[in-house]
Amino acid sequence: MSEALLEVDAVTKRFGGFVALSQVSLTVRSGERLGIIGPNGSGKTTLINCICGSLYSDAGSIGFDGVEVTRFAAHRRARLGIARSFQVPRPFSSMTLAENVAVPLEYVAHRRSLHRADVSAEARAILAQMGLADRADAPTLTLTQVDLRKLELARALATRPRLLILDEVMAGLSSVEVDEMLGIILGLSRQGVTIMMIEHIMRAIMRFSERVVCLDAGCIMAEGTPAQIVQDPNVQRIYLGD
Amino acid sequence: MGRWTKFIVGAVAVLVVALLLARLVSNEYFFFAGYVVLQFVVLATAWNILGGYAGYVNFGSGAFFAVGAYTAVALIKAFAAPLLLQLAAAVLVSGLMGLAIGAMTLRLRGIFFSIATVAIAVICETAVLNWGFVGGARGATVLQPPAPALFASYARLLFVVMSLLAVLAVALARYIEISWIGRGLRAIRDNEEAAESVGVPTLKLKLFAATASGALMGMAGAPFPLYMSFIEPTSAFSLNYAVSALAMPIIGGTASWAGPVIGAVLLGSAQQIVTVTLSSELNVLVLGVLLVAFVVAAPDGILGLVRRLLGKAGAK
Repeated sequence: MSEALLEVDAVTKRFGGFVALSQVSLTVRSGERLGIIGPNGSGKTTLINCICGSLYSDAGSIGFDGVEVTRFAAHRRARLGIARSFQVPRPFSSMTLAENVAVPLEYVAHRRSLHRADVSAEARAILAQMGLADRADAPTLTLTQVDLRKLELARALATRPRLLILDEVMAGLSSVEVDEMLGIILGLSRQGVTIMMIEHIMRAIMRFSERVVCLDAGCIMAEGTPAQIVQDPNVQRIYLGD
Repeated sequence: MGRWTKFIVGAVAVLVVALLLARLVSNEYFFFAGYVVLQFVVLATAWNILGGYAGYVNFGSGAFFAVGAYTAVALIKAFAAPLLLQLAAAVLVSGLMGLAIGAMTLRLRGIFFSIATVAIAVICETAVLNWGFVGGARGATVLQPPAPALFASYARLLFVVMSLLAVLAVALARYIEISWIGRGLRAIRDNEEAAESVGVPTLKLKLFAATASGALMGMAGAPFPLYMSFIEPTSAFSLNYAVSALAMPIIGGTASWAGPVIGAVLLGSAQQIVTVTLSSELNVLVLGVLLVAFVVAAPDGILGLVRRLLGKAGAK
C-alpha cells in the first residue's frame, strides 16, 4: 500500500446555519481510484470545493503530499498538483479549444518559462489524447455535451495533476459515451494519476473505483470496496429508503 | 519578435505624422480637437485593459482622469514642475489609486467593483471641491509655458505629447493582450472560478490590470490643466469621460487593442464635428445612441462586425 497523497482531517463547512460538511476525514493514497457517492445535497461538491480551494473550510485541515494547503488559494493548489472538473462544464467560451488548454499549460506546467514556451503543440497533443484533435481551433460554443466534458478533462489534465477530482463528469451522457469516458479516465489512472470521482451513475462507479466513500448530510456514512458498499445497510437505506 | 515589427513601424509612423502635422497644419483648432481625440484613445485603451480583457467594468474613469489632472495642478502650484514630472507623478498616483480600489473590491466579483468605482468618483470630486490649494470649486488657472523652439504654439506641443502617450498606452495594452497575462485576463472574464482552478492567480492579475488601467487614465489627465489653461472640478470630473471611456471600447470592440483605438478615433472625431456644427450638448447624445445601438445589435463592436463579414466572405 502506497503513501497518502491527500489527507482531509475533520473538515467542517457551514453555509450560515446549514452544516454542509461535518468533521469529514478522508485519506486518498497515491495512485488510488476513489469513488464518492451520496444523494443530492450530501456535500460531495462542497467537499471538492474545500479540497480544491474554491471554498475555505471553517475547521479542520487539508494536507496534500505532506504540505498543509488548508488556507492556500485555489491557483496555488492547482500548481501543487490538484486539478478538478466542474459539475456543469465551465469552458473559457471566448477561446478556442486549444487556447482553453493553453491557459493551464502557461500558468502551471510552463510557469517558469512563460515567455518562451510555445504551448500550442502541447495543447493539441492533450486534445488529441481526448479525441478532440480535429476541433482544436473550433470555438467552445460549437461543442456537444460529451465534447464539453472531454474539454473539461483536457484542461484539468494540462495542469499535469497528481490528483484529479472529477465532479459528475459523466452526467447526462449516453451509455456509449459513459463507456468512452470511463476508458479515458481508467487510462489516466494507469499513467499514475490519482483520481477521485463523484458520480451518480452506479455502473461507472462500480467499474472505476477501488474504494467507495458514501456521503450523507455532510458525514461519511460508509466506506469500502464497491462490493461492500452495495451491501452496506446504511447505503441501502439512503438510496432505497427503509 | 516578428509580431512587434509591424506594430513598431506603425507606431513610429503615427509619431512622425503627428510631428509633421504640428509643423504643417496652420489651423490652430485642429490641434485642440486632435488632442481631445488622442486623449480619448488613451482613456479608451486604459479602460479596456480591465473592462474589456478582464470584464471588470469601471464607471469611474472620470475620477482617474481628474486625479491625474489634479496631481499635475498640485505639482504646478507647489514647484512649477515641468510636464514630464507631472506625467510621471500622475501615472504613479492614479496607478496607486487603481491598486488601492482593486485591493478593496476585486476580491468580490463583477458588479461590486463597478459600484465601488462610482463611489470613488464621488469621493474624489468632493475632496477636490474642498481642497483650496488646487482651487477648490472656483477652479485654478494654469499658465502655459512658452512653446519650445520646434513648435509654433504650446497646443501643438501638447498634441505631439498626447500622440506619444497614445502610442505608449496602445503598446502596453497590446503587450498585455498578446502575452500570457492577456490570456489569463480573458480566462478570468470567461469564468473566474475555472481560471483559478487551472492555476491562474486571479486576484494578482486583476490588481495588475486595475493598476495599469488606472495609471494610463491618470496619464491621459495629466496634460489637461495645461491644455485648458484652466481647471475646475466639474469639467475635470465630467461624466463625459466616464461614459466615453466605456462606450468607445464597446463600440470599437473590446477583444483587441484595435477596438478602443477605432472607437475613440471614430467617436471622438464625430463628437468634435457635432460640437462644432450642431451643438455641444448633442455630442453626448450621439455617444449614448450609438452605445445602445451597438450593445443591442453588435455586442462585439466594430471589430466583431468586420470579423463576421470577413468570415462570411471567406466561407463562400
